This record gives sequence, structure tokens and C-alpha cells, in this order.
Amino acid sequence: MSATIDIAPGRITLAGELDARHAGAVWTDALTAAAAAKGKPLIVDLTGVTQWDTAGITLLADIETVFGGTPAYAGATEQVRALLDRVHDARKILPRGGAEHVASWWAVLVSFLTAATDGIAFLGEAVLALVTLPTRAKMFRRQDLWRAADQAGVRAIPLVLLLGVLIGLILAFQSLVPMRRFGADLYVANLVAISLIRELGPLLAAVILAGRSGSAFAAEIGTMKVNQEVDALITMGLDPVTMLVLPRLLATIIVMPALTIVLDFAGLIGMALVLVGDGIPAVAIANQIAAWVVPGDLYGALAKSAVFGATIATVGCRAGMATGLGPEAVGVSATRAVVGGIVSAIVLDGIFAIVFYRLGI
Amino acid sequence: MTDVITVTGLARRFGPRVLFHDLSFAVHQGEIFVILGGSGCGKSTLLRILVGLLPPSEGRISVLGGDMAAAEAAQRTRVGVMFQMGALFGSMNLLQNVMLPLEMHTSLPETARESVARTKLGLVGLGDAAALMPAEISGGMAKRAAIARALALDPPLLFLDEPSAGLDPITSAGLDQLILDLKRDLGITFVVVTHELASIMTIADRCIMLDKTAQGMIAEGDPRTLGDTSPHPTVRAFFRRETMQDATP
Repeated sequence: MSATIDIAPGRITLAGELDARHAGAVWTDALTAAAAAKGKPLIVDLTGVTQWDTAGITLLADIETVFGGTPAYAGATEQVRALLDRVHDARKILPRGGAEHVASWWAVLVSFLTAATDGIAFLGEAVLALVTLPTRAKMFRRQDLWRAADQAGVRAIPLVLLLGVLIGLILAFQSLVPMRRFGADLYVANLVAISLIRELGPLLAAVILAGRSGSAFAAEIGTMKVNQEVDALITMGLDPVTMLVLPRLLATIIVMPALTIVLDFAGLIGMALVLVGDGIPAVAIANQIAAWVVPGDLYGALAKSAVFGATIATVGCRAGMATGLGPEAVGVSATRAVVGGIVSAIVLDGIFAIVFYRLGI
Repeated sequence: MTDVITVTGLARRFGPRVLFHDLSFAVHQGEIFVILGGSGCGKSTLLRILVGLLPPSEGRISVLGGDMAAAEAAQRTRVGVMFQMGALFGSMNLLQNVMLPLEMHTSLPETARESVARTKLGLVGLGDAAALMPAEISGGMAKRAAIARALALDPPLLFLDEPSAGLDPITSAGLDQLILDLKRDLGITFVVVTHELASIMTIADRCIMLDKTAQGMIAEGDPRTLGDTSPHPTVRAFFRRETMQDATP
């Protein structure tokens, strides 16, 4: 039997099972009738109610709220009145404001500026830890450095090779079609080699590093933070930046130039496959590259890639160290690490482009 | 007196390891029934079996006249469970946590669900914390909120797994009082897993004690008298807070 309602002037008759499963059928009608009776005498007849729970009692409390007072209850047992008193007590406390979860533009701006200043402060901490490393050399675990270098570098090589070959193939193929119209097929080698070595090599390696290792750093350190392992290090008098951040930072600075060289080499192979397939001799391609690509292009790219690596590692470790509480916190940190790492690398690449142009490199 | 839970010949093994065997007991309607025992004796495993999360190796269980392991959703909603760590959903605030079962299992309109959920939070003393996220509240508040969520559908039977674990004595005493209030006001039957002696003495009407060495139940009855009447040295030691050497005759 479900809940039923009968409405007459000055009288609301409720019957049946007034519990959480059935009260929904009469809830809106009961409140509408109670609101309409405001200021007039009202009897709420409960004689026919066969089943109660706190949802039903909450309906009576809501009727009182919209009616603006206590109606006369007919057929209310002592148990119902006692429960109603209990619900009244439970509803006396007004809700206090919780955290604001809808972000305004101001909140977004403040959050961005806070994150930027926190990031700079963290970078300062990392640099300080690096400078003072000789005084706390024991805290720096070399096996962590080699493990991070293995994870971020050696294990990334198959992916870097695959993407490098594909990028070289695509760039060469896309360039070949318009260049052929001008009889400049051979110059595709110059175009692809220079763009790969100067720009795309370091940038793509940075994107791969941010996706593979930046997120991994954030997740590893974030999990340690959630498990209070970072707190344990601090209480033991150990510096978490030296123990957790520096090995990862140095590892990425070491492996990023190597990954960039691998990606450049793979890209040139991919380009050569397309051009040789088009009938251009391999020796002609090699001559073009040797004549147009100068050592400064490569050195500048390697310097850039080392800075990208340091930035991505710093952003990833910072995201991990800033991990909050709750099951989603580690996921949020990993996302921040990837997005922050890629954005930072692209912004830095723009700055490098301006600096290199001014220096004539 | 009606029994809401009957357990007959229950056993649970993990591979060759026997956790407990030949457990038989009943939980009466309207009482606070405590399952106690030392660490590793199978208290939480027994609770997981009772609520249908884990199958027994042997034996028969009837919870509210049915088998929870094979229960449909409607039957499961007649039982509320508070997990040891609260298990609140971190992406929802407390109000949304309590509203979730109401949304899934009732036809109450949105405003009614919110009103009922606020009532439940008020019943556990969290009427002012509805908008807070689980990450923003203390352990004691999280347990209260978990009880409010377990109460959402007014189940006649509530299982609480270690409600006092990790709480300070004042918060723990407040939680004990809440359990007593809910029993008195709403007539709920409680099955509580705990090894907190102060809590047991405050809330329990009856208890059973499991023992790792005996691989089963070593005592059943009123916890206020078991310390004097039980022939088992572990039981006497537990209730008198003595070492085993002191309690051994």
C-alpha cells in the first residue's frame, strides 16, 4: 500500500505508508495544500497512516514550515510526536557556509597567480637544495637518480623513436607535395632537418616527457604525500626536496638532451624514407643536411631541451608535493603536472626563440 | 523476541587457513549487538559476510528474513552499513552523500530529498556541516556523516565497523551516545564491530567474542557480567583489562 492524500478546506488527510519509499507520492501536494492554508486553521489527519519513518516525519516538519506554524494533528501517536520533536531538534541548527565550489574569474586569477608564485618558490627551493647538496650529500640517493633516469629516459626511447619516425615521415610528405610544384624537392631535406633539430625535436621530446614522466613524478610523490610518507621524512629531519625532487630533476636534465637527439635522428630517418622513395639519393639528402644545419642549431636545441626537462620535472614534483587529501587528489596532481609541464615548455620555447634571434644564433 | 539475524554453523576459510568455524548466534530486534575480539580474529570478515560482501565457506545466514549475498537492491536498502573509514564519496559534499541513496531508491522530489538528508545530518549532529566536503572534516565527523548516509533510507538494521577506531575518547563517547539515541528514538537494531572496551560497556546489550586461537566464538552474553562469569581466560582478561597470565587460573 502506497501513501495517499486527501485535501479538503482546512484538512489534509494522509494515509498509507509514509516512509522514504512512498512519501514522494504525496509530498508536493501536501506542501502545496499546507502553503494554501497559511493563516487559517489546519488539521493534518494521520489516522490512516500505517507506516512511518523519518522521511514521513520530515514531511510533517516541512508542512509546519510552509504552513508557518504547527497544525492540529489528528491521530498522531506518542511515538510520532516524539519523533517529530527529535526532528525539530535536528533541524534547529542553521547550515553554515561551506567552501565555495563555483569559481569566479577573480578566484581563477588568484589561483593562477598563487600557483605561479608557489611554482617559483618551489623552483627556488630546488635550486637551493642543489646548491647546498654537498652539505647533505647523504640525503641524495644515487639509486633514485638512476631509477628516475631509467624511467624517464631509457624506457621512453621506443616511444620517442616511433613518434620521431612518424613525425619525420609526415613533415617530409606534407612538404614534398607543394615543394615539388617549384622543383624544390631536394630542399625538403633542409626544411625538415632545420625545423626538427631547432624546434620540433626539443618540443616533442618535452611533450613526451611531460606525458610520461611529469605525471609519474606527480603521482609518485602525491601518493607519498597522501600516505604521510613526506611528513615522515620531515619528522625524521630529512629534506624531501633533496630526497625526492633533486634525483628526478637531475635525471630529466641528463636524459632530455639524449631523448632529443634520438628523436631528431628518428625524424631524419623518417624524412629520408619519404625522400628516397621519391627518388632522391640518400647521399644528396645527407649533403643537404650537412650544408645547412650548423652545430649551433644542435647545441641551442640541446640547451633548450635540458631547460625543458628541468621545468617539467619541477612542475611534476611541485604538483606531487602540493597534493591534497581525498581519493581524487593524486589524479588532480598528475593532470596539473602534464598540463603545467607542456604549457611551461611551450612558453619557454617562445622565450628561447626571441633570445636566440637577438643573439643571432 | 524477534530475531533480525540468525547465523547457524557459519565458517570462513581462506585457502587452508580457518578464520572461524561453527559460529551460531542470533541478533534480537531493537538491541545493540557487539562483535568483539582481538586483532585478526575475523570480526570485520564476519561483518562483511553478514552484509553480503563476502560469501561464507559454510553455514546459513538470515538477515531480516533473507540472504544478503543473494539480495536484490530493495532488500539491501533495508540494511545500513558504516564502514571503518567512513567511505564517503570524496567528490560530493555531506548533503549530497546522504541524498544519493534517496535519489537512487525513492521517488522523493529534489526538495524533499534535500530536506530528508538535512534531517539525517541533523540527527547525527552535522546539521551545520551539510555543505562541507569529506576532505574538509575530521575523522569523527566523517563517521557521523557515514552513519547519516547509512540512515538515509531508515533501515531497521545498521552495521557499524569499528565506529570508535582512531577517535579521541570524547569524540568516541559522543558517537556512543549517538548510537544509543538512534536506538531509542528510531528503534534501530545495531550490529557493532569493535574492540573498544569503554564503548562496549556503554552501548552493548549483548555481545559475542571471537578468538583467533580458538578459531571461533568463545563467549556470548551481557558484557557487564562476562568478565566474571566466563570460564575462558581470554574473555576474563579482556573484560578485566588483565594480561593473560593474570587471568589464567
